[in-house]
Amino acid sequence: MSNPKEAIKEKSMVIQKDMLANLFTELSNAKANGKKVVYTFVPGNLVELILALDMLPVYPEINALQSGMRKKSGSYIKDAEKLGFSEDVCTYVKCDIGMMLNGNLGPTGEKLPDPDLLLLSYTGCFTFLKWFENLERLYPGVEIAMLHTPYQEDGQITDDQINYMVKQLQEEVIPKMEKVAGKKMDYDRLSKMLENSARQEELWVKVLETAKNRPSPIDSYFAGVYYMGPLNTGFRGTDAAVEYYEELLKEVTERMNLGLSPVTPEGEMKEEKFRLVVEGPPNWTNFREFWKIFYDLGAVIVASTYTKVGGVYDTGFRHEPGKPLESLARYCMGVYTNLNLPQRVDLIEHYIKEYKADGFLINSIKSCNSFSAGQLLMMREIEQRCEVPVGFIESDLVDPRYFSYANIKNRLESYFQMLEQRKQILAREEANA
Amino acid sequence: MMKQQPERLLTLLEECKTLAFDLNFTYAKEWKSKSKYRLLVGYLPIYVPREIMHAANALGVGIMGAGDRKQIIKGDAYYQSYICHLPRGVIEMALDNNLDNFDGFLFPSICDCVRNLSGMFKLVKRGKFQRYFDYPQNFEKHIGGTFYRELLETIIKDMFQINDMKITAKHLNDSIALYNINRRLIEKIYDIRKEFPWRLSAVDVYHIIRAGMVINVEKHNEMLEEIVGLLNEDYGEPMDNIRVVISGSFCEQPPIGLIRSIEMAGCYIIDDDFMLGSRWIQGDIDDASQDPLNAIVDAFLTQSAPSSAVYDYGNPKSARLIKKVKDRNADGVIFCAASFCDPALLDQPDLQKACDAAGVAHINFQFHENTGQFKVIKEQTGTFSDSIKLWV
Ligand code: SF4
Ligand code: SF4
Repeated sequence: MSNPKEAIKEKSMVIQKDMLANLFTELSNAKANGKKVVYTFVPGNLVELILALDMLPVYPEINALQSGMRKKSGSYIKDAEKLGFSEDVCTYVKCDIGMMLNGNLGPTGEKLPDPDLLLLSYTGCFTFLKWFENLERLYPGVEIAMLHTPYQEDGQITDDQINYMVKQLQEEVIPKMEKVAGKKMDYDRLSKMLENSARQEELWVKVLETAKNRPSPIDSYFAGVYYMGPLNTGFRGTDAAVEYYEELLKEVTERMNLGLSPVTPEGEMKEEKFRLVVEGPPNWTNFREFWKIFYDLGAVIVASTYTKVGGVYDTGFRHEPGKPLESLARYCMGVYTNLNLPQRVDLIEHYIKEYKADGFLINSIKSCNSFSAGQLLMMREIEQRCEVPVGFIESDLVDPRYFSYANIKNRLESYFQMLEQRKQILAREEANA
Repeated sequence: MMKQQPERLLTLLEECKTLAFDLNFTYAKEWKSKSKYRLLVGYLPIYVPREIMHAANALGVGIMGAGDRKQIIKGDAYYQSYICHLPRGVIEMALDNNLDNFDGFLFPSICDCVRNLSGMFKLVKRGKFQRYFDYPQNFEKHIGGTFYRELLETIIKDMFQINDMKITAKHLNDSIALYNINRRLIEKIYDIRKEFPWRLSAVDVYHIIRAGMVINVEKHNEMLEEIVGLLNEDYGEPMDNIRVVISGSFCEQPPIGLIRSIEMAGCYIIDDDFMLGSRWIQGDIDDASQDPLNAIVDAFLTQSAPSSAVYDYGNPKSARLIKKVKDRNADGVIFCAASFCDPALLDQPDLQKACDAAGVAHINFQFHENTGQFKVIKEQTGTFSDSIKLWV
């Protein structure tokens, strides 16, 4: 994955880069070293269980987004479509299947090892279920463990839901993982990892909250997707990830104290003109161009929902070493896409108010019903509750056919003009008052 | 001279057709108006156990979308162009007054569109309760079964809070018995169609089953009994049609014109997954149990129809589709799924592969519930039918 912050080589970035490089080296050598490989999803991921059993995680979604960034997704998607996958369905799935058809080469150009276990953490997205049914057919005979995460349909986590999840973990998921790993779960080790997870989550929330400062020292969306990396790509619970988040917080706090704006791929942003809250995933095929439209116009994303797909921590959830399985269950049920629509609207409203945002923008993703279905109603609700200008653009995650630069740029320019006008009106009103 | 369809059958079919497409749910609302303790609970595709509603003096009403029967204006402002059509029709109905008088709504866990629609109903405040019916994807009795039972108890409580109706084991067993009869009669119709497909068109079957989703089961059973009796008369003559199974239309429903076009292109639709909810439980549910709720749970865990909405580990849908083709003595499969329907469309490559491996011919097209042009579909289906006739 190309890295926007590489140019200034912050220490946190170097740490993350090393972590990823080590993981991919381990994955390349997995079969030779007898390490077992688990394919799983980011939302509701059980990485502490995987690592505590000395297995290695692979995330098909991350592979897909990296294929998007490396401009490979377009041809992968077409290959999957040739196999009979409809043009209409989620492109992450097609990109992943296309990547497998083309040798399953990871971001380093080396082949990713085949899975020893498909760990379907069915959390917050129905398509995950279909995705893993398809993977199962690509790897006949592979072991499968399935964890059904109930949806927070009533806006809360009930005891029945927790019991259901804990029973699945205890009686099906963990025994299956132990069977594949060839060893028993070491619960002391797991608790130690969960302690680390909680520490990382604490640090991560502090990083996110620096965006309440004016100017914000971070962009919580475009840079946020890098910052959230270690938590979501297989390092939650590790010592290395604690080190990463300590360093990141140190750097970000320094920037905040110096009154600096976020770092962009073209250096530091000069002026923070607009503060936005963004809902929805970014586009990966044209990630840099997309980001550039924002920073060129002085727009900073101060809070985003996408950076909560791997876990919502800023409303207080932390993994609990004393209650490992219950807290894993709560974690899964709490991820952003597992919240019901009223909860999502409440969270966005909270962000707009807490982070003093000037506007709210939705990047609606063609592929993703989990995010997209209902967004237009969410937008109306936010407009009514928060009285901020709302904007709406459409793109896709990894299908380049659905990223129209000109269209998006036009829409964003008009939206920023609207924000500018509103700012002037508010300033006049304030002066008159 | 060839004997014609009985007159009485034509009258019943007309009645079913009117009921099936009454988007104001007039019959159900009249049923409710007869007592202040009666409830209407709307549910989306695919399956909810209507037995628990029946036992609670509630009528479970299937909301299958607006199809091509309602102009969508508001719905389009609520959904992006790349989301299937069903939810926009449903929200249009909710925002107009079609669903007034409904006490609650259930949204089965079949995809993220229906899931998020449950939240939209909460936000626009329709009904006294709106529940995402999050049935388990774990089929172990003490794990998924327990969770499912708790889910059913929650819905029973939702209804109780409105009408104070306490469900007894007798109530529930009686309701189960009625739905057992209903399921048997529906299967009987499909069995008759397997043997004598010329006696009743697929469109007629469609109307009959769909009517049952908006009326009380007692009335539907009466109609079905009579229809089955009439279908047993010997009339009509076979045509030189191929026999097909339709797969993929379990949620958003194809327009009637599409079903008719398939038939007119030379296909007898011998089986399908239209309105799968009515046929979800395969076989009877125990109606003499001390714990009938448990019987309903068991039936879900062990007797559910194959569907894109259920995780199929260990029991692949592909094998079940091929079995259906063989059991129904069909010549081919028509994959006919709604555009933008991830669950149905993501199943297709594997199902098609299984057809290829089993030597079952198939074609594939997508639709919207309000598709108005069928020329291409008719041509494709005609070619498909001709090619099979050539080889069979
Ligand atoms: S539908 Fe959305 S959440 Fe689900 S796999 Fe696709 S992109 Fe991910
Ligand atoms: S048609 Fe498919 S995607 Fe649309 S609501 Fe139904 S199951 Fe969901």
